[in-house]
Amino acid sequence: MSQDFVRRMPDAGSGFGKRTNWIETIHLDFVLLLLLIVVSLYGMLILYSAVGQQNGPLISQAIKFGIAILAMVFMAQISPIFYLRIAPWLYCLTVMLLVLVLLYGPVINGSRRWLRISGVGGFQPAELMKLVVPLVLAWYFHDRHLPPVSKHIFWTLVIIMVPVLLIAFQPDLGTSLLICVSGLLVLLLAGISWRTVFTAIGAGVLAAPGLWFVMRDYQKARILTLIDPERDPLGSGWNIIQSKTAIGSGGIFGKGLFQGTQSNLDFLPESQTDFIIAVLAEEAGLFGVMFLLIMYILIIGRGLLIAIQAQDTFGRLLAGTITFTFFVYVFVNIGMVSGLLPVVGVPLPLVSYGGTSIVTLFAGFGMLMSIHTHRRITL
Amino acid sequence: MTYMRLNIVLVGLLGVALVMIWRVFDLHISERNFLQKQGDARTVRVEKIGAHRGMIRDRRGKPLAISSPVGSLWVNPRLLGDGVEQIELLAEFIKVDPQVVRKKLHKNKNKNFVYLKRHISPDRLKPLIDLKVPGVYVAREFHRFYPAGEVTAHVLGFTNIDDEGQEGIELAYNDWLKGKPGSKEVLKNLYGQVVKDIRPLEEARPGRSLSLSLDLRVQYHAYRELKTAVQRYKAESGSVVILDVATGEVLAMVNQPSFNPNNRAKINLDHVRNRSVTDVFEPGSTVKPFTVAAALQTGKFNVKSKIDTHPGFIRVGNNTIRDPSNRGIMEVAEVIIHSSQVGITKIALSLEAQDVWNMFNQVGFGQSTGSGFPGESTGELPNYRSWKAIDRATFAYGYGLTATPLQIASAYLTIASGGIKRPASFLKSPDVQNVRVMETHVASDLMAMLRKVVTEGTGSRANISSYTVAGKTGTVRKVSETGYQDTRHLAFFAGITPAENPRLVAVVLINDPKSKEYSGGSVAAPVFSRVISGALRLLNVPPNNIDEAV
Repeated sequence: MSQDFVRRMPDAGSGFGKRTNWIETIHLDFVLLLLLIVVSLYGMLILYSAVGQQNGPLISQAIKFGIAILAMVFMAQISPIFYLRIAPWLYCLTVMLLVLVLLYGPVINGSRRWLRISGVGGFQPAELMKLVVPLVLAWYFHDRHLPPVSKHIFWTLVIIMVPVLLIAFQPDLGTSLLICVSGLLVLLLAGISWRTVFTAIGAGVLAAPGLWFVMRDYQKARILTLIDPERDPLGSGWNIIQSKTAIGSGGIFGKGLFQGTQSNLDFLPESQTDFIIAVLAEEAGLFGVMFLLIMYILIIGRGLLIAIQAQDTFGRLLAGTITFTFFVYVFVNIGMVSGLLPVVGVPLPLVSYGGTSIVTLFAGFGMLMSIHTHRRITL
Repeated sequence: MTYMRLNIVLVGLLGVALVMIWRVFDLHISERNFLQKQGDARTVRVEKIGAHRGMIRDRRGKPLAISSPVGSLWVNPRLLGDGVEQIELLAEFIKVDPQVVRKKLHKNKNKNFVYLKRHISPDRLKPLIDLKVPGVYVAREFHRFYPAGEVTAHVLGFTNIDDEGQEGIELAYNDWLKGKPGSKEVLKNLYGQVVKDIRPLEEARPGRSLSLSLDLRVQYHAYRELKTAVQRYKAESGSVVILDVATGEVLAMVNQPSFNPNNRAKINLDHVRNRSVTDVFEPGSTVKPFTVAAALQTGKFNVKSKIDTHPGFIRVGNNTIRDPSNRGIMEVAEVIIHSSQVGITKIALSLEAQDVWNMFNQVGFGQSTGSGFPGESTGELPNYRSWKAIDRATFAYGYGLTATPLQIASAYLTIASGGIKRPASFLKSPDVQNVRVMETHVASDLMAMLRKVVTEGTGSRANISSYTVAGKTGTVRKVSETGYQDTRHLAFFAGITPAENPRLVAVVLINDPKSKEYSGGSVAAPVFSRVISGALRLLNVPPNNIDEAV
C-alpha cells in the first residue's frame, strides 16, 4: 500500500540526484530553514514589544533560538533509520521519566511538571513526549499492514494513552491533550476507516456531558468562559476579554510597533507567552497577523511536501505528524487567544517566550530535515 | 494513506485554517469599533490637575503665604499586597518603622487608596517614582508655606492638608485664592500609573493672589515688641493693632501667644485665635473719650466745663465709685487727662443714656468693624433702655460692655480722622467709606485732651521722641466667677500719632500682667511707644516734633 502511494505520486523522487546544494549536504532543508528563521526573527520583534522593549528577555530568547537551531542541526544529521531503531527505547525511557516526575518532581504552581537534575537544571519530560509519541507510533506502523486492524488500533491507543494520562495527572491538561491529538493524527494518517473515525467522534460527543462531571472547577470555568466571557470579567474571563480587546483595537494596520496600549500597559496577561499574538494584532494589525499566518502556512506546506516525498511509511508518518502537530499548536493558540477555544496553556510556536517548547519544535523540524535529506538515492 | 485520505485531511486542515483567519478578520474589522472603545475604557482616564493656590502678599508685595508643589505618597493595598520587600522599602523611605506601615496596610487591605505620607518634596520623591513599584503612587499637591511664620499666623490663618482655608484670611478669601482644578486625559496602565498625557481637557485656573493691608516690616516690629513685653510682664496674652487713619487698613495685627503655621503637628489650638478680633474685653477707661464726646456733642458741656469730683468718690445706688485721690474741681479735659472715675460718672449721669449709647454705637461698639475676618466678634453693647443708674456710670468708664482690640482701634480712628468712621480692612487699598459720626470740633477737642494725656497725664510713657502722640490709657480689672478681681488686670493703651496730622491709630493690650506695675499707663503705654516709633520710621512718616527731641 505504502509503496503504491509513493509510486503514484506524480513528482515523487523528482528531487533525487540533484542534491548538489551545500546546505543539503549537511542535511538541512533550505526552504524550511529560511521560513523558520524569518518567523523566529519576526517573533523576536513581537517579543521585544511584549516585554516592554527590554533587552534581557530578548537576548535570553536569542540564546534559546541558538540552542534550538543547534538541536535542529544535530537532529538533522541523524539518519531516520537510527530514529526507527531507538524509538521504542526512547518511548520507554520517557514514560519512566514521566513516572519519576509524578513521584519526585517539585510542586510548582500546584503541579509537578519538572525534573531537576542537580547541576544541569530542569526540563519537562512532557515536552520530550511531544516528539516521542509521533516517533513511536511511526515506528509501530512502519512494518505493519495499513490501514491498521482493530488489534493494532487498540495497541496504538494504549501507546498514546499511557503518556497522556501520566501528563494529565501532573496535571497539565493542555500538553496531554495536544499529545493525544498528535497521536490520533498518526492514526488518521495511517488510514483507519472513516467509520471508525466517525464512531469515535460520535462516542466523544456522547461522552462529553459525562466529562463535565470529572472536570475540575477551573476547567469548567474555562469552558463557561468560552461561551460567555463576561460572566466573570475580572476572573476567568479577564484574559480572553483583554486579548480580544487588544486584537480588535489593532484594526487593519495596527497602532504601530511598541504603541499597543493593552499589551504595553500590562492589561494583557501572559503577553510574552501564550497571548503574544494579541500584542502582534494590536500593534501590527490585521496585516501583521496575516503575515505570520502565511508564514505558518508555508512552513506547514513545506512539512507536508516533505511528508509526501518521504520514501517509507516511517518517514511519511513521522513527517506528517510533526507537521500536523505544529499546525494544531498554531490553531489551538490562536483559537484560544481569539476566543474560539477554551484557555489551555499552549504557546504560539516560534514566537512565545520560553525555552523548552522552542527546542522541541526545532528538534522536530530537525527530524523533518533528516527524513528529507536522508532519502535513498535509488528507489 | 491514500490520495483520498490526504485530500480530505488537507481540506479539513484548510477549513480549520479558514475558521482561524475568519476569526482574526472578524475581530479586527467587524468588532473593531466596539473593542477599541473597550480598550480605551481600560486605559484612558481623566485626571485632575491641581490648581496652584494664590499667593498672599503684604502691602509692599512681600510674600506672606506661598504654595509650592509637593507629592503625597499613597498606595493601593490590594495591589501592593504584603510583600516584605516593598513594605520595608516604603518604610525606609518615609522613615517609619516597617511594622507601622504593615499595620496600616493590613487595616486597609480591602481598600484601594491609603495615604502613606503627605507633602513630600518632589526631589525626595523622585527616586521612589523611578522604582515604579506597582500599587505605589504619588499625587501632586501643593504645600502652603508661610515665610513669616508665627508673626503673621493669626491674620493669615492656615489651610488644611487639602489646601482648603481653615482660619483667618485663608478661610475668608478661600474661594478667591484656591483657583479651579483642571483636568486632562491620560493613559494609565493596569497598576494605575500614568504612562502618557493624551490631551488637556480643561486648563487649571490658578488661584488669584491677594494683597493684604499688612506691612510686613511693621508687623515684624510690632510682634517683636509685643512678645518681649508679654514675656517681661509674664502676661497671659497680648495684642497690638495698628490702623492706617486715612483708609482703615490694618497695617499690623499681632497677638501673643502665637503659633507656627508651618508646623501644624504642634499647633496648640488655644494659640490659634486671632485675639485682636475674636476675643472681647471690657475696654475700661479707653472708652472715656467717647463718653466725653457724647457730652460735648449735646452742647451741655465744653472742654472747660467744671466738674466737682470732691470728695474723690461718689455713691450711685448701692455702689461707691472712687478716684485714687481727691482732685476736687476738674475741667472736662482734666477728667480725661487724669482718667477720673468720679468725673466721668458725673458727666454720664447728667446725660441721657441714649446719647452715650448712640455715640458708642456710632463709633463701632457692639458692631462689626467691617473687616470680614472669620470669627470676628462684635462685642456687646447692651441697649440703653435696660441701663440702670449704675450702668450709666460704669458704661461711661468702660465696664459692662465688651469690645475687641480691633473695635477699640477702629473707634479711635474716628477721633483721629476728625469724626469720620471708616471700616477696618485687611485688604490693601480698600474702597474707603466715610461716615461722619462725630462733629469735627468734638473730635479736635478730644484730640487735644488725648494729646495732654500723653504730655501731662496717665499716658506719659507712650511718648515718642520726634513725634507727637495722643492717646488714652485703660486699666481694667478682670472678671472672674466671683466678680471683679483686685489682682488681675487688662492694661490698655489706645493711641493716635502724629497728633497734629494723624496717620496711625494703635491699640496695645497686655492681658493680665503679673508684675508690680499693671496699669495701662505703665505696662501698655511703653509698648505702644516702642511699637509706634518703629512703625513711624518704617513708614517714612516725617517727624513733627524735632524740638522736643533735642
